[in-house]
Amino acid sequence: MVEYLIDRHSGLSPYLQIVEQTKRALRLGVLLPGDQLPTAREVVEATAINPNTVLKAYRELEREGLVDSRRGVGTFVRRSLAKPQTAADSALRAELAAWMLRAREAGLEREDAAALISDALDSGFPETTTGGP
Amino acid sequence: MSHPIPTPDELPGDLPDEDEPGTASPLAADADAGAFPAGPPALEATGLGLRYRGGWALQGCDFRLPAGRICGLVGPNGAGKSTLMSLAAHLMTPDAGAVEVFGARPGAPESRRRIAFLGQDKPLFPRLTIAETLRAGYELNPGWDQQLAERIVAQGNLSMSARVGRLTGGQRTRVALALALGKRPDLLMLDEPMSDVDPVSRQELTGLLMAEAVEHGTTVLISSHVLAELDGVCDYVLVLASGRVRLAGEVDELLDSHRLVVGAHEGTGPVPSLAGHQVVELRRTGRQVTALIRPEGELGSGWDVLEPTLEDLLMAYLRSPEATALLTPSARPGADRRLPGVSA
Repeated sequence: MVEYLIDRHSGLSPYLQIVEQTKRALRLGVLLPGDQLPTAREVVEATAINPNTVLKAYRELEREGLVDSRRGVGTFVRRSLAKPQTAADSALRAELAAWMLRAREAGLEREDAAALISDALDSGFPETTTGGP
Repeated sequence: MSHPIPTPDELPGDLPDEDEPGTASPLAADADAGAFPAGPPALEATGLGLRYRGGWALQGCDFRLPAGRICGLVGPNGAGKSTLMSLAAHLMTPDAGAVEVFGARPGAPESRRRIAFLGQDKPLFPRLTIAETLRAGYELNPGWDQQLAERIVAQGNLSMSARVGRLTGGQRTRVALALALGKRPDLLMLDEPMSDVDPVSRQELTGLLMAEAVEHGTTVLISSHVLAELDGVCDYVLVLASGRVRLAGEVDELLDSHRLVVGAHEGTGPVPSLAGHQVVELRRTGRQVTALIRPEGELGSGWDVLEPTLEDLLMAYLRSPEATALLTPSARPGADRRLPGVSA
């Protein structure tokens, strides 16, 4: 469950604040698929914002395929958001690229590097669940 | 202990299922249309007028408040806000025109059952205890929700045996709100309800009001002088000045159709580059011109264009009583409620 913190003086509309805070929770893993979002009643009682704003934000999240609404039951997370640490411009990615460069300078072949990485991956992430690259 | 309100699981769905994902932009003016109930509007005034001391407290008032909205009622003192609410609550009868509540006259038994009105002076019997006050609510209202009323009182740490006359202003407001919400009205009209409530209770009571509104689909009309307080709370707004409607409609739609522009101009004459646009308010500070406008097409270069806040918009209309009145289609009496967009 998440709790929305609405800043009325941020210049960002409460509608966008709810959308953004939900996405942040999806990126950070605070919300996982299957998790329930607070009901509109719970949000407005805690934040004193307009209920239609909450419903509109939830509709937008649904439109983006991030949540599912089940009538009479609630609103549930449908998918998580890709982690920004894996993006092309992330610091972790840059470190890895720099490491590749050093490996080549040290005289390693592609296969050597792959073996090293595979080994490090297995000890760093035991019990890999997905087989993707 | 049983909870006075339904659990979240019993709530009507958070999202209307007739709303098709991916069709409407969330910021489009009519994207919310599917979220609101069909049927007659909560309030509809046509040519509504009331004489007062030889003048008109309210005159030629035409507007509509669709059901399910949280509407802010704004205007200077004497603009006719309380008059409008009193007419809708059948505490006064109009001298001209008419007002309807969910399609019926305010005096009809059905209307009286569906409306709750909390006046500025919060009329309560000072010698009654809170318990006796709520008991009166129970006796007078067939749909009375005792558990809800008690919960609102309890959240303020008030004893049910306390006499109303001994309460502070803010505590009396809480009891009055418990009475109004306990009635489970379809239209709740609140005249400056939070004026004597401390900030913490204000946030809590507003949250409670919003929660009850979303749970029961209550339409709320709330007047306030604190414009910032309405921002984020209201999705609909009605501005009155000198007994007439100045501005009415969906907040999103109104904000979308206005821009705050800042630019430079010498002298005090008209600003040529704003010609063709509807200028609501124009202010000058030296060479700087700040204007709230309804742009009609492209704006020339040399302007900083900002989206106004609700407070910017309301202030501009309140300061410019001569500006053309603006009602969005859904706020016009007799108009088709599904018409999208603001027409010029």
